[in-house]
Amino acid sequence: MALLEVANVSLAFGGVRALSGVSLEVEEGTVTSVIGPNGAGKTSLYNVISGFYRPQTGAVRFAGGDVTALKANRRAALGMARTFQNIALFRGLTVLDNIKLGAHHTLRSGILAAAWYLGGAAREEAALTGEIEARIIDLLHLGEVRHAPVAALPYGMQKRVELARALAMRPRLLMLDEPVAGMNREEKEDMARYILDVREEWGVTVLLIEHDMGMVMDLSDRIHVLNFGERLASGTPADVRADPAVVEAYLGES
Amino acid sequence: MNLFIEYSLVGLAAGGMYALMALGFVLVFKGTGVFNFAQGELMMLGAYVFLTVNQLAGLHWSIALAATAVFALAAGAFVERAILRALAGQPLLSVVMATVGLGLVLKGAVGLIWGQEQRTLPGLLPRAPVFIGEFLIPGNAFWSFVISMAVVGACLAWFRFTRSGVAMRAAASSQVNAYAVGINVPRISALTWGLAAAVGGFAGVLLAAINNLTPHLGDLALSVLAVLIVGGLDSLAGVIVGGLVIGWLQSMTGAYLGGQYREVMPFVVVLAVLLVRPHGLFGRKEIERI
Repeated sequence: MALLEVANVSLAFGGVRALSGVSLEVEEGTVTSVIGPNGAGKTSLYNVISGFYRPQTGAVRFAGGDVTALKANRRAALGMARTFQNIALFRGLTVLDNIKLGAHHTLRSGILAAAWYLGGAAREEAALTGEIEARIIDLLHLGEVRHAPVAALPYGMQKRVELARALAMRPRLLMLDEPVAGMNREEKEDMARYILDVREEWGVTVLLIEHDMGMVMDLSDRIHVLNFGERLASGTPADVRADPAVVEAYLGES
Repeated sequence: MNLFIEYSLVGLAAGGMYALMALGFVLVFKGTGVFNFAQGELMMLGAYVFLTVNQLAGLHWSIALAATAVFALAAGAFVERAILRALAGQPLLSVVMATVGLGLVLKGAVGLIWGQEQRTLPGLLPRAPVFIGEFLIPGNAFWSFVISMAVVGACLAWFRFTRSGVAMRAAASSQVNAYAVGINVPRISALTWGLAAAVGGFAGVLLAAINNLTPHLGDLALSVLAVLIVGGLDSLAGVIVGGLVIGWLQSMTGAYLGGQYREVMPFVVVLAVLLVRPHGLFGRKEIERI
């Protein structure tokens, strides 16, 4: 069964239709990409999936349950983690604090116990820090900057911190919104490798929005193409590349 | 020289109280980006709750203080839920004006319930003067300083070290972001307002114990505007420095220039600070990226 199912979702802002009857599925364990020209509705789709926008019609099902009515923070707790197109980190906090905030919902001690830092809460937090150090910081090579404030880091590294924070949420579905936008070739290759490592080691399902076609074709098991808020095509990278409608949407009529 | 030291100590002690009063403003501003003009009235309300539990119900002051804290926590959270959330998405000015209105409503309601006459709280703080070396500080001033600093310090530690404190800072930094990592943002905002009201309640009880209690007690809160601007509206540590600087300055002005300049001097400093660092000495500079 599909881990994520978007069924017939429509979203309009006043008279502007951002999404019209979009349906798609993301199979567990795959890397699935959503591509399309600018303004096709990719980020709107992400916002519907993660709960920031409520669609006028349609449903979002995650791991077998209907999550359409749930708020964004509840969906995050169910195992949906996302990164943002424009880096969205807590700028005043350090790298480690940013990452630990990703694990916020996994800690069990209640808000008051945690507030006073009582024994159990402190122990839980120490265990969490240990796990983050071992599994995430090492994996993404962030060890040297863990105590630096994120605002001071170069762009590529901030993107990596965002990925690390998403991983700390122990997600089942990792939604990346243009993870390599604005990166140079070397940084792009690193990021692609991190994404593959993460899938391999964590068994996370990855949903990807990306304009870098080389990366999309290399990484994806399946691709969905959006155009003007509608699903234009779906299939393997080879299928999509050969689809005349997709070529037309990207290159214009010849 | 002795006069200088003695006035300095008294001024610094008064500054501690300023810091506590300013703390409630900073908590709300830092946590939710709103300047809460009703903070002073929340302070005053706390003092009346304390008075009622302590004198009319005749319970021990420690119970009354705990009741004040619980009541203020609930009142702050209620204000957040009833007013702030209803105005979500509205221009900031509307939200700020709503807090002005809330302040007026509270002042009027307290006047109706408890009356306009002056009340006296029992002497909570030991009156016996405290000697530091050969210098003497009034007991009231000394102990309110100690308590204020303890409360401010506890809040600082909360924000820095606890998970809910970090979650508060996170929600303040970016709400979307906080939602995305699974933080229950509405609950955190309610907690922030509750905490600010509780801090205000403490400040109100201390103030009313030193002065007297009328529905106009809250007006005093705006006198810490200078503290807020010197320290920075969103800096907890700045509150301490701002409070101490202003307290000391007022005391010095009173001693050497005469009492009539006491109230003016802080604002001269404020002007100077605004010219040099518009975001306060410790505040965060807002940088908008386009």
